[in-house]
Amino acid sequence: MELDSLYQEVILDHYKQPHHKGLPVGDIQVHHVNPNCGDEITLSLSIKDGKVTDLIWDGVGCSISQASASIMSDLVEGKSVESAGIALQEFTELMQSKGLKKGDEDILEDAIALAGVSKFPARVKCALLSWMAFKDAAIQNGADL
Amino acid sequence: MKPILDVPAIKADFPIFSQEMRGGKRLVFLDSGATSQKPVQVLDAERNFYSTSNAAVHRGSYLLAERASEAFEGARAKVAEFLGASSDEIVFTKSATESLNLLAVSFERTQSALQVNAGDEIVVSELEHHANLLPWQELAKRTGAVLKWFEMNEDGSLNLSNIDQVITSKCKVVAITHQSNVLGSVPNIAPIINAAHAVGAVFVLDGCQSVPHQPVDVQELGADFLVFSGHKALGPTGIGVLWGHHRFLSEMEPFLYGGSMIETVTMTDSTWAQAPKRFEAGVPNMAQAVGLAAALDYLSGIGLSNIHAWESELTAAALDGLRDISGVKIIGPQGMENRGGVISFTIDGLHPHDIGQVMDQFGVAVRTGHHCAWPLIRKLGLTGTTRASFYLYNDLDDVEIFLESVAAARDYFGKR
Repeated sequence: MELDSLYQEVILDHYKQPHHKGLPVGDIQVHHVNPNCGDEITLSLSIKDGKVTDLIWDGVGCSISQASASIMSDLVEGKSVESAGIALQEFTELMQSKGLKKGDEDILEDAIALAGVSKFPARVKCALLSWMAFKDAAIQNGADL
Repeated sequence: MKPILDVPAIKADFPIFSQEMRGGKRLVFLDSGATSQKPVQVLDAERNFYSTSNAAVHRGSYLLAERASEAFEGARAKVAEFLGASSDEIVFTKSATESLNLLAVSFERTQSALQVNAGDEIVVSELEHHANLLPWQELAKRTGAVLKWFEMNEDGSLNLSNIDQVITSKCKVVAITHQSNVLGSVPNIAPIINAAHAVGAVFVLDGCQSVPHQPVDVQELGADFLVFSGHKALGPTGIGVLWGHHRFLSEMEPFLYGGSMIETVTMTDSTWAQAPKRFEAGVPNMAQAVGLAAALDYLSGIGLSNIHAWESELTAAALDGLRDISGVKIIGPQGMENRGGVISFTIDGLHPHDIGQVMDQFGVAVRTGHHCAWPLIRKLGLTGTTRASFYLYNDLDDVEIFLESVAAARDYFGKR
């Protein structure tokens, strides 16, 4: 079924048991909303020695938005700002590809499971919500993204 | 027993149903609360206007200009007849949203008893669509007026127990929906209209969810203003209606300024045409008004009472079926009392977007999320619902497929 390409097993796993989910801390907490559906995310992180650390997020949303936040957190935590930026770029392009791109698994790791989302234009924003929150938080923490 | 409506014949009038959805499924369109589909009669009317009568209305002395003006004013007369109003009380706008914004802005500008000033009160309710909340919110901010509201009960009705505290002598405007677009609940507006009039306030009714689905007569209602949108009533997009009692419209200041809406113009000053032209600056959406008239003809031909009865039958069947699906919770009114053809529901542990995605695999089109009524959704402690809304082209087969798709959504995520 076409649906299974959207809801891959790994997505549902992350949805049921999201990683790095908790209460964001510190002065810089970004809050992003998807006004179409009311999904929300709050996210905080630190940048130490050029690396993304202490990423923590909380939010409500559909399986795609929640799984995407969990997968994104796993992916960028501990990575250099540069590598995280490359992953962000790769993921954004994949989501906007309308199903035409496969994505680079070496860069995206588990996030490759979200490739099917790009075939459902109404869901692309769900997948991107946490990534845009990450970008915002990183920039506010002085990262050059 | 013969069904109330001949749905196969009706469906045949709507070209959109002749195409396949994902996976070759037929379309089960249950999102008429957001926008309705269009019968060929409406499409033909628009096309026919452009083919035979297109010219700017109320300008020019040539044949086509006459035809265009006749068609446009004919559409106005049709809307008036549909609502039991007179033609000079019907203002064409681009949408119900614009109609409400027109009122909110005009109430600020009009120097009469209608004017909203600092300290005055504006009353809405927690049921309102953003379109009937934000214009009043902003009016209050601009003028220093106070925005008040009726609270919603769990069953989607309004709590009127404190009506005397909500509507006071300071109240200038009361704006309430005729039917919740989220829950389908029908608030008891009669006492609210009485209370508004008792303190000299005007009553604005948001008829977006009622006018397309049931007989609405402004004489019987007792409201002072009514708005609805054409596209939810089988008509084209880009055409909305404001009905206003001529006693008020005649004294109200314009919303938009420009061509057509004037009486005289000099380099420094201008005076306004009579209502309704005063509120229709620029060349209006003529073909869309003509299309709306064709849509209202179509609805009248079938009969609004019949449509309402049919939607009630479908809604009752859908509610019965939903109650049998474990994990499904019906939000708002639980039965058919004081409700229209709209159902909101949730499924335990599932997000509405995910539910809608599975239903889409069955060709079922439903709305998911906060339905442009975020305060209502928050009040219920939810982040969103899944909403099915019925119309004259739906049938009991649609209800069956709808129920099957809801159960499938629950199972899809439950099993894995």
